[in-house]
Amino acid sequence: MSRTKNVPDMRLLFEKSRPGRVGCNLPAPTTPEVDLQNELGAIRTELNLPELSELEVLRHFTHLSHINYGIETGFYPLGSCTMKYNPKVNERVASLSGFAGIHPLQPEETVPGALEVIACVQEMLQEITGFHRVTLQPLAGAHGELTCLMLIKAYHEARGDHGRKVVLVPDSAHGTNPASAARAGFSVQPIPTNQEGLTDLEALDAALGPDTAALMLTNPSTLGLFEKNIVEICERVHRAGALVFCDGANMNAMVGTTRPADHGFDCMHLNLHKTFSTPHGGGGPGCGAIGVQANLAPFLPKPVIERDAGGRAVFRHDVPQSIGKVSPYYGQFLLAVRALSYLLAFGREHMAEISRHAVLNANYVQARLKDVLPPAHDRFCMHECVLTAQPYKKHGVRALDISKRLIDYGFHPPTNYFPLIVPEALMIEPTETETKETLDAFCDALRSICREAVENPQLLHDAPGSQVVGRLDETAAVKNLDVCWRPS
Amino acid sequence: MPYIPHTEADRREMLAAIGVGSIDELFRDIPEELRLREPLDLPPSMDEYHLQRHFFQLASQNRSSANTLWFLGAGLYDRYIPATVPAVISRGEFLTSYTPYQPEFSQGYLQAIYEFQTMVANLYGMDMANASMYDGATALAEAAVMAHGLNGRPKVFVSEAVHPVWRQVVRTYCWAVDVEVVELPHTEGLTADYSAVDDRAACLIVQSPNFFGAIEDLGAARDAARKAGALFLVAADPTAMGLLPPPGEFDADVVVGEGQPLGIPMGFGGPLLGLFAFKRQFVRAFPGRIVGRTVDRNGNPGFTMTLRTREQDIRREKATSNICTNSALMGLCATVYLAALGKNGLRQVAETTVRNTRYAIDRLTTAGARLRFPARVFGEFVLDLGRDAAAVQRRLLDRGIMAGLPLGPFYPGMDGCLLVAVTECRLKDEIDRFADELQEALA
Repeated sequence: MSRTKNVPDMRLLFEKSRPGRVGCNLPAPTTPEVDLQNELGAIRTELNLPELSELEVLRHFTHLSHINYGIETGFYPLGSCTMKYNPKVNERVASLSGFAGIHPLQPEETVPGALEVIACVQEMLQEITGFHRVTLQPLAGAHGELTCLMLIKAYHEARGDHGRKVVLVPDSAHGTNPASAARAGFSVQPIPTNQEGLTDLEALDAALGPDTAALMLTNPSTLGLFEKNIVEICERVHRAGALVFCDGANMNAMVGTTRPADHGFDCMHLNLHKTFSTPHGGGGPGCGAIGVQANLAPFLPKPVIERDAGGRAVFRHDVPQSIGKVSPYYGQFLLAVRALSYLLAFGREHMAEISRHAVLNANYVQARLKDVLPPAHDRFCMHECVLTAQPYKKHGVRALDISKRLIDYGFHPPTNYFPLIVPEALMIEPTETETKETLDAFCDALRSICREAVENPQLLHDAPGSQVVGRLDETAAVKNLDVCWRPS
Repeated sequence: MPYIPHTEADRREMLAAIGVGSIDELFRDIPEELRLREPLDLPPSMDEYHLQRHFFQLASQNRSSANTLWFLGAGLYDRYIPATVPAVISRGEFLTSYTPYQPEFSQGYLQAIYEFQTMVANLYGMDMANASMYDGATALAEAAVMAHGLNGRPKVFVSEAVHPVWRQVVRTYCWAVDVEVVELPHTEGLTADYSAVDDRAACLIVQSPNFFGAIEDLGAARDAARKAGALFLVAADPTAMGLLPPPGEFDADVVVGEGQPLGIPMGFGGPLLGLFAFKRQFVRAFPGRIVGRTVDRNGNPGFTMTLRTREQDIRREKATSNICTNSALMGLCATVYLAALGKNGLRQVAETTVRNTRYAIDRLTTAGARLRFPARVFGEFVLDLGRDAAAVQRRLLDRGIMAGLPLGPFYPGMDGCLLVAVTECRLKDEIDRFADELQEALA
C-alpha cells in the first residue's frame, strides 16, 4: 500500500498481524512443565491480540508518533493546560531503578530515599503555596479537587454541621469543579461573573447561607485575571461558616510571586503536570497534590508522610479523623521525582522567574494581537490571555475555524470556547519556556489568519488541510459508534 | 536558568511592546500586601550535573527489584518490561502532548488509544473499554459509584478477598456519596457465602485471581448478583487473562484491572493504569474518555474522542464522573507491551508464571512453610510460616530476598502469613535460593 499524504497508512496493529509472530524475546522458563488445566481449572481458548515482529511494532508506533503533536514538536499554547518544556533530566532521574523498581508495600526502612523525595516535594510546595500541609496522594487535578471537597465534607461533619450541602462554583470555572462537587455528595450553585471578569460579590453574598459548604474559586480566574478582592471574598465565605477551595490550575501565574494560602484559601489543588513540568503524556498521568490549612489537616488521606524528631521522612498511618484513602498508595511517585528535579533546578534563586516570565509572555501575546483579536477584558492578564474571535463571526468564521487554520501554520491551537462566558473564546497560555521569536511567529500566524478570515474565509472553513485527516465527523462518531475493532 | 530562554534584550523589547517599564507592573492586580517581598525559603538551585548526583544518591538508598530477589506482588508485579516500551513512550510526540482535543493534530495517539481499548476489551472478553482510569483501585471505586448511579441502590457488596487497599479506596468514594460498603467473608481464601447480597445491593464485587492469588468461582458470584438484581463487577489481573477464561464469559457487567503488569514499572505505586471494560448497555454511563473511529469530511477514516456529552467539561455536575486527565501514557505502555507480546507472548508469560508458581509452592512447602489455602492460584499464594511473617521477611531481606507481603496488617489473625508472588522473571535457581534461606529462617 503506497503511503501518500492523501492515503495515509491507518492500518491497525490488528490488521498488520500475522499468526505466529512475537515481538519480544521473553524470559525463558527454567522450572518444570506443568499441566495447566490441573493448575488452573478451565483454560481460555480464544484471545485476540495482534501478532507482530519487534521491528514492526516499533515502526507502527514511530509512524503514529509522526502524526501526533507534542511540546517537543512545536508551540502548544493551550490555555489552562500550562504546556511548558518538560526537562529531559527529569526523565532520566525518574527512570533510575532505585525509584522505578520499588514497591509501595515493601518495608518502610527499605525506601528512605523515596520517602525523602515525597517529603521534599511536600515541603517545597508548602513553602510555595503557604499551606500548612501538602499531600501528593491525589492522582490528577480533578482528583485533587475531589479530595479537597471530601476534606471539607469531613470537616463540617466533624463539627456536627450537617446541613452544609451546597458548593458555590463561579460560571467561569472548569467543568471538573462542579463534577467533583457532585462526586463528593454536594449540590452545586453557580455564581455569576461581573462585568470586570471578577466574582460578583453581591451574588456571592446572596448565595452564602447556612447550607453553604464551600466556594470553589480559580485564581487567577479562567479569564486569566487575578481576583483583586480575593481577601474580602474569603472573609465573607468564612463569616458564613463555609470554606474556600482554590483551583490551582493557574498556579503558574503565582509561583514565587504570591501565595494562595495568604489570600485566605483553606485548601487548593496543584497540577504538578502543569505548573511543575511533569509531562502530560497525551492526557495523563497527572499529579494532583493538594495543600491545606491546619483546620483540614486532621482529615488528610492516609498514610501521611512527615518527618520524625530526627528529621527522617516516615509514614504516619495513625490518622484517626482521616477520610481514608483516595488512591491506593502515595500518589504518582515517579512524577513526584520529576517535579522535585524541576523544583530543585529553580531553587530559591530562580523560582519567581517562572511566574514573572509566564505573565510577561502572555501579556506580550495579548498586546501583539489585541487589535485583531480583542481581549475579553482589556486589562493586563496573568499567565494566559482570553481573546475573542467575535469580530469575524460576521464573515462566517468562528473560533474553531481560526484554531483549525493554525494547525496549517504548524501551531497547536489555543483552547476554544472556554471559559463558557466568553463568546468565541480563544484562550492562549504561552508559558515561560517559549522564546520571543516563537511568540512572534505565532502572533504573525494569527494575524495572517485574521486577514484570511476577512478576505478568504473558505480557507479557514477547509482547514486543516495539512494533516493526515481533515475535520472529523463527530456526529457520525456517536451515531455509528466504533470504539473497539472487530474483524469484519 | 536554562528552561527560561529570555535575554535581557528580549525582556526590554517585550515590555516596550506591552507599554510598561517593568514586569512588576503586570502584577498590579495583585494587592501589594499579598505579594512576596523576599525570595521563598527554598533550597538553592542545582545545576543538571548536581541534580543527577543528588537523585543517584537518593535512589541508591532504596532496595529495589534491581538489587534484590523479588517475590513481593500484591497487585503490582516485577514483570519484564520489553525495551520497546520505554523506547516508544519516551518519544516527545507522545510524552509531551496533551489530551487529544484537536483530533487532526493527534491522530497518532488517538489511534493508539483505540487499539488500547480494543486490546483491553479483548483481554477481558467485554464489548468495549474506556481510554483508561488512574489505577485499578480508583477504577473499581468508579465502577461501584456508577452502579449506584444506575440503579440507585444504597449498598455495595465487596468480597473480603478483594485487594484490601482497593477496598479502602472504594470505601472513601462510597462514603462521599452516602453509599454503604458491606464486606463478604472469605472461606479458605475464596468467596463462598453470598447470602447477605439482597435487593439493596447496587453491585457485587469480586476479584479473580483474588488478593490471595486464588481463582474464584465467577459463575457462583454471577448467580448471586443476578439473583439480587445487582450489577456484577469483577476485578482481574490482565496477565492472568493469557490463560484464564475472561470475566466476560461469566456475564460480568464491568471488569476493572490494574494495568501495571503490562509494561509499567512498579514505581512505588504510581503512576499506574486503570483498566475499565464494560457491556455495551452502559455506553451512556461509564466514566472517563473513549476514542471512536469515524470519517473526516473527505470520507477518510480517522479517530476522535467520542460520547463526550457524558464528560465533566460539557455536563459539569451531571457528568458520569469528574475524571479528566486519566493515564494515557501508561495506556500507551500497555498497548506497546501487548503488541510486542501478542497472543502467544502473553500466554507464554502467563504459562511461565504458572510453572514458577507451582515450583515455588512445592519448594517452599518442603522448606517448612505450609500452604495456607488449598485453592487453585495464579502467580501468587499465601504461606503460613507459623511465626511472625514480618520478622521472617526482614531476616530474608538481610539475605537479599524480598520474600513477599506479611498479611497481619491487612487480615486479623494472619500475622504468620506471607503473600508470595512469582513472576515469569524468576529462575529455578532463584526459587531454590529462596527456599533454602526460608528453611534456615524457619529452622
